[in-house]
Amino acid sequence: MSRHEISLTVNGAEAKGEVEARLLLVHFLREDLDLTGTHIGCDTTSCGACTVILNGKAVKSCTVFAVQADGAEVETIEGVATEEGLHPLQEGFWEKHGLQCGYCTPGMILSAKHLLAKNPNPTEEEIRWGISGNLCRCTGYNKIVEAIQYAAEKLRNAETEEARQEVSA
Amino acid sequence: MTTHVEDRFEHHSEKPAGVSAQVETSHDVQVSTPAKICGMGHRMKRKEDPRFIQGRGRYVDDVKLPGMLYMDIVRSPYAHAKILSIDATEALATEGVLAVITGEDLKEAGNLHWMPTLMSDTQMVLPIEKVVYAAQEVCVVIATDRYIAADAIEKVYVDYEPLDPVVDPFEAMKDEVIVRDDKEAKTNHIWHWEAGDKEATDQAFAEAAHVVEESMHIPRIHVSSIETCGMVANYDKIQEHMQIYMTSQAPHAHRTVFALVSGLPEHKIQIISPDIGGGFGGKVPVYPGYVCCAVASLVTGKPVKWIEDRSENLQADSFARDYHIKAKMASDASGRITALKVETLADHGAADAAANPSKFPAGLYSICTGSYDMKAAHVAVDGVYTNKPPGGVAYRCSFRVTEAVHMIERMTDILAHDLGEDPADLRSRNFIRPDQFPYRSPTGWEYDSGNYQAALDKAKEMIGYDELRREQLEKRARGELMGIGISSFTEVVGAGPSKDYDILGIKMFDSAEVRIHPTGKAIARFGTKSQGQGHETTYAQILAEELGLPASDIQVEEGDTDTAPYGLGTYASRSTPTAGAAGAMAARKIKAKAKKIAAYLLEVGEDDLEWNVDRWQVKGSPEQAKTIQDIAFAAYTNHPPGMEAGLEATDYYDPPNLTFPFGSYICVVDIDKGTGEVKVRRFVAVDDCGNIINPMIVEGQIEGGLTMGLAPALFEEIVYDDQGQNLSGTLADYLVPTAVESPKWELGKTITPSPHHPIGAKGVGESPTVGAPPAIANAVVDALWHLGVRHLDIPISPQKVWKALRDAGVRG
Repeated sequence: MSRHEISLTVNGAEAKGEVEARLLLVHFLREDLDLTGTHIGCDTTSCGACTVILNGKAVKSCTVFAVQADGAEVETIEGVATEEGLHPLQEGFWEKHGLQCGYCTPGMILSAKHLLAKNPNPTEEEIRWGISGNLCRCTGYNKIVEAIQYAAEKLRNAETEEARQEVSA
Repeated sequence: MTTHVEDRFEHHSEKPAGVSAQVETSHDVQVSTPAKICGMGHRMKRKEDPRFIQGRGRYVDDVKLPGMLYMDIVRSPYAHAKILSIDATEALATEGVLAVITGEDLKEAGNLHWMPTLMSDTQMVLPIEKVVYAAQEVCVVIATDRYIAADAIEKVYVDYEPLDPVVDPFEAMKDEVIVRDDKEAKTNHIWHWEAGDKEATDQAFAEAAHVVEESMHIPRIHVSSIETCGMVANYDKIQEHMQIYMTSQAPHAHRTVFALVSGLPEHKIQIISPDIGGGFGGKVPVYPGYVCCAVASLVTGKPVKWIEDRSENLQADSFARDYHIKAKMASDASGRITALKVETLADHGAADAAANPSKFPAGLYSICTGSYDMKAAHVAVDGVYTNKPPGGVAYRCSFRVTEAVHMIERMTDILAHDLGEDPADLRSRNFIRPDQFPYRSPTGWEYDSGNYQAALDKAKEMIGYDELRREQLEKRARGELMGIGISSFTEVVGAGPSKDYDILGIKMFDSAEVRIHPTGKAIARFGTKSQGQGHETTYAQILAEELGLPASDIQVEEGDTDTAPYGLGTYASRSTPTAGAAGAMAARKIKAKAKKIAAYLLEVGEDDLEWNVDRWQVKGSPEQAKTIQDIAFAAYTNHPPGMEAGLEATDYYDPPNLTFPFGSYICVVDIDKGTGEVKVRRFVAVDDCGNIINPMIVEGQIEGGLTMGLAPALFEEIVYDDQGQNLSGTLADYLVPTAVESPKWELGKTITPSPHHPIGAKGVGESPTVGAPPAIANAVVDALWHLGVRHLDIPISPQKVWKALRDAGVRG
């Protein structure tokens, strides 16, 4: 099996590796970089537990080879919170009880993050379709939808506030 | 709800075991502690969440130990075949492959090729002579890397001689193909079990004015928790110590099973069940993969990781349900149900690997008279082997209650429709009345408390029942298909009293150990194991309620058998009824000692003191008080002469009875005549789980359970072909609902405390999974009844509805 040098940015930091061509991105993240927040729940790209953001798009990292991420920017759950604290989506999941066992949660949060980047003010139906590639067995989804609505509102308010401050400055 | 904490304690201690009393029903959650303490009734944000939302949970596959090896499993392509030979030469010659372990190897290692199931049946770990289900574990490969292991299983050549499989349980009962020829008795019939009074039931049927009859199949389904099963076994040859990280809902019971099977001394086995990515019953059994992984570590002396993939999980792990039911219900001329007669064939696959209490091979199925007061009932169940994976565990349901509830709720609806009665009215006429509790059912259960009419009334009011019935009539006149379905279920959870409940002889108590540190902070350990239920929060709230310590000051731990007290684990909605009760009882022991310390510090008699939220205070002089924190400090620094230092207690709680949560669900469906698609328009769920510890967590449990009730009602089924091949072996074929299919659940509640539980709670995780499927099925049949449709088996797929419509001459 051929091996390849890869270099990518993961959560803002450079990550390098020498990997087999067939190594899945999810295994590179979990085992080579010890970023175990990205989970594996199936082998058919059905469950979404392994969702990460690759060059701005939510992807299922069990269906991407690590070599395909060479030169890319990857965001995993470990990179979602900042020094200022939790991301509004993380807050929302905590506030609204959007998780139980926590296994699908990282993938859900990253799918939701991608959704809100594309559509900052989604309807409930758009949220449900936006996370329809992510399975949750515990919550029944209502509270996940509420968590995403909470985050969407908070992010919109923050943006309005920022714009207002820019205008007044 | 008027009882407060002290009354509940007194009440509990005065009542002899099993005796219940009528209790009041209320609609509001009681809160008796301030927000800073966060006792029962507070919507406390979960203490476990910060790690999960930041990707810092620690699940079994996250465990990485130095020098760790990986195991993969060679599985049978046949459902029934003789093994002629296993050739592992090529696999063993592959770089990075260390070992291949076969059934012969396990036999030589001390007859480890067989293991007991939790039902005292036997199951192959690895086969020697033949395989009995497709995807059965045949041998395992150990390698330095998971990719190398996955490659190497393709290089093990197994020569099989295919045998005819028996897949249908009715065929299996003919004994033409014997699944388990390792047993002396050459029959597929495993057991026959009965409950109730046959003679009285026959008599009631002879006298009945109406009899309805229906056959139904509750098909095989799979819990499919998003985390599959796995293990990291780490045997230290020098210390002779086996450390195991395992996806286990019952780590203590598993430790004992491992000790008994392997011969390793129990104190040299440590099982750690870390964060678990959903269990729902699927992580109760011991699977062959676990045993092989532990043996692989013993053989190699190195840590070995085994993580199954999803297709292995869906094809080989324990399934749920698979009950073939024939039911008859009798009523008098006025529509009063008089009797129920049930015959059931239980397809257990190749081993009875259910996880029921020993005395209950069909679980608590005899709860099947449900919420209705009737004179007589008789239930007979036969268990049978087939060439399918072994099991019979739960799917978020305690011991076959889902099957029972589906049957009684379907039959009640069929009776109502046959009599031309509104299904809500017929239910109301037949409910066990509040003044009948404690209620002795005709199959011998003693229901602790209930108020079924209050729950149904609330559900009808929330959904606007009468208006919906009018709308339905109008739509029907226009040829549109709309149905309204009700389920007024009774659950039975909290196993259980030790006189009747054990798993492999171990009594089904559960435990808590609470230790308060000098500065007033505490650690509490329990014998259960959360898989998402939020025990770190709810147990802390129970202790906060009892002791007045802020819940945020209490560290809750579970899942490490070296540190937690022995318990039977988390499944069957038993954690709050058993370990939660143990926590409350341990807290009360601490409170009793705290009272002595307070009396000493305040220089008064104990009788002069009264408890007030978080302190013992002098009656009539509340400024003279010692808080629990004062007392904790004194327990280590200034305790009374002659008293042991410290402030801690342990309780092993043996419940006097089971608890009986209940609820009424109403579902509205619209059916597309062209495609047969069923759309759940509304779903109102009124649950009564007794006193509520954390309303937010209870809502989460109910919403999740409802989606796991929707799933088998409309989507999920493990399907086999006539050769025993699983046709639903991936998540692309096995349809777990997404956020799109899952409706916006509308929740309501009544609160009828359990009179025998220390905090009046009953358990809730499984009620919605039990109650939802018949509400949905009843709604679909309600929409189609006027077309001559009496029954549809779940899952009610568009194909099934479409066919029923065509059979009735309806074109879209």
